[in-house]
Amino acid sequence: MSLWVLRGLRDGVVTTRWPGRPDAYADSWRGPARPLPGPADPAVEGLCPTGAISVTGGAARVDQGRCILCGRCVAERPDVFAWSAGATGPGAAALTRDQLIVPDTPETDAAVEAARARLAGRTAALRRSVHVRHVDTGSDGSEEWEIQALLGPVYDINRLGIFFTASPRHADVLLVTGAGARGMAGPLRTTYEAMPDPKVVIAVGTDAVSGGLLGDGQATSGGIGATVPVDVWLPGSPPSPFGILNALLIAVGKLADGRQEAR
Amino acid sequence: MTVAVVWKEIESRVAAGERFAGLFATRAADGQLVLSAHVARPGGIDTLEAALSADAVSYPALTPRLGAAFWYEREIHDQFGVIPEGHPRLAPLIRPGSPEEHALARHVAGYGVFTIPHGPVRSGVLESIEYLVETPGEEIPHLNMRVFYKHRGIEQRYQGMTAADGVLLAERTEGIASVAHALAFCHAAERIAGCQIPPAAGLVRVLYAELERIANHLDVAVRLADAAGLAVATARFALHKEHVLRLVSRMCGSRFGRGVVVPGGVSAPPRIGPAEIGAELRRLEPKITADAAALMATSSLLDRLRGTGPLSGERAREHGALGPIGKASGFTDDDRLGRPYDAYPSLGVLPGRAHSAGDALARLRVRWEEVEEAFRLLWLAAALLAERPAEPLRIRCDPADGRATGWAEAPQGEVLYDLTVAGGRVARCHPRSASFHNLVLMHEVFAGDILTDFPFIEASFGLSIAGVAL
Repeated sequence: MSLWVLRGLRDGVVTTRWPGRPDAYADSWRGPARPLPGPADPAVEGLCPTGAISVTGGAARVDQGRCILCGRCVAERPDVFAWSAGATGPGAAALTRDQLIVPDTPETDAAVEAARARLAGRTAALRRSVHVRHVDTGSDGSEEWEIQALLGPVYDINRLGIFFTASPRHADVLLVTGAGARGMAGPLRTTYEAMPDPKVVIAVGTDAVSGGLLGDGQATSGGIGATVPVDVWLPGSPPSPFGILNALLIAVGKLADGRQEAR
Repeated sequence: MTVAVVWKEIESRVAAGERFAGLFATRAADGQLVLSAHVARPGGIDTLEAALSADAVSYPALTPRLGAAFWYEREIHDQFGVIPEGHPRLAPLIRPGSPEEHALARHVAGYGVFTIPHGPVRSGVLESIEYLVETPGEEIPHLNMRVFYKHRGIEQRYQGMTAADGVLLAERTEGIASVAHALAFCHAAERIAGCQIPPAAGLVRVLYAELERIANHLDVAVRLADAAGLAVATARFALHKEHVLRLVSRMCGSRFGRGVVVPGGVSAPPRIGPAEIGAELRRLEPKITADAAALMATSSLLDRLRGTGPLSGERAREHGALGPIGKASGFTDDDRLGRPYDAYPSLGVLPGRAHSAGDALARLRVRWEEVEEAFRLLWLAAALLAERPAEPLRIRCDPADGRATGWAEAPQGEVLYDLTVAGGRVARCHPRSASFHNLVLMHEVFAGDILTDFPFIEASFGLSIAGVAL
């Protein structure tokens, strides 16, 4: 055993200082696609395999909740689209589904403010010690890897007072991955109902937000919004561990969302 | 050919040393149900077919002759309702039905035997699956699995897609083996279109595929160390895995190598040059090797793995067990060796050492050997890439009409795609992951093992449920 104790000291401290200090890896992350200011022709709508792009009034909008980060629009039309920069910036988690459709509108801003106030009222008591339960409703498996990474030495969420729990009875936050497989609707509902109030639900990944490439089909329900009420929407295919960490901190009111700050 | 003739041929080919690689059904335009079986031989994978008439409600099952068809025939029954006569248990497998439909009689009767239902929401951050553990308290005389919770309708979703969109779905079919699935899909598409990818693109593909292998094997090490309560070892391997994923994301922007493999080559060269990739490998390899050696000298882990979850060599051969599970039981059929693709023929994959124990320890040994070999291949590929002049990494590849199989060796074992394209669109795409083929073997490896061995056996298989319940 002493062998492992010494090994544990080999690389010094590897844990990120984020959110206290900036993290270069988080900032270098490539988030969902966003439209650049300027005119766009309707032909760009056909670029997206998930139909995330719409053109109204000669300007393009991107529903980042549908973006699977394939990069086709950025590669084919760099004059109209770009990546959003950073894991915790403008491409990060949102407080309403509409907030993911960029550029957003004044109506969205008002709805986001209302959502923020509702969430703050519920999570005021959770800030020091947060317990998280995860449910997979038909993910591709990569989201689980990224959530597990939070428990590793690099992200180490325990330092922020966040812990994973096996029992929904002890959970404050529900992290849901996957496109909303119909076979998981019952277990997801049961888990949600077993959690004590107040509770917060985070949709982790584009699949959980909108169903992604699978959409609303015979076997999936186009995301988890149809089964449980979602408070925080996090796009990504899969999102980065920093993005998930950021969403958790937004959910419990420790951080304002990067979308608002970036404006 | 009739069903009986095809089954006979499969049986004799398996007896002669070839490998049963899968079975699926397709409803043809004229209403016939076509059963397609895959048999892997040295150098390629053959498709054998038998058609049932449009009004057929049953056919003689393959399972009684070849146990490996057990789950495949249940899947066909789920999808088309046709009954394989003589199949030992036709419970639903991949389609979520009503709870009554899934009621399973207990296999083991006896004083005090009960069933522990474990899942689909399990403790920890895991994919959804339900294990039904039949136990008198400690031993596990029988295990049942319900995998249908995550069924996502992937096969249906492929229909009508272009090849360019299809590869995006392939990457999301089994996310932890994104590169291998994309490769298998593209190999099928390239075979249909008859295109040869540029040699440099083959080298880039190998870089991503081998990094994916290392990340997956490190993930298994994390889970085994965690199950044994080795906190420092868990953290060390999690750190190494994070470094591998970060290297992949520095190369392409995605931590899972998504968006790299496209029909006709790769979408772009790695964003960092071969020299920088080499420097990163130089930092990673000694640390992983040293920690792996320390893990293999930690008796509290070895004691838990030795003799745990054994799969006999005979069963592995008969089933055609894929990847590290097969290799640990003495059955080696690695696509990179037997049916090489991309740059593997020129790189020359070395076969690993021979194993026969078939237990969780042997599976971990195989994984470390594969990691060692992956580093060797990475070095070679990076060096060859550095010598090559700048050249296009992608050629035009538009599969129009035709059908082909494509394969790739994922960290879990062989991934197989049977792709039919009509008018430039996917008419039928049947992916078969190593996870689907191998998971059924979990039924058989609990001889004498007890409840606390469960996490070790599950982790030692290293499979992804996403690849099972498509």
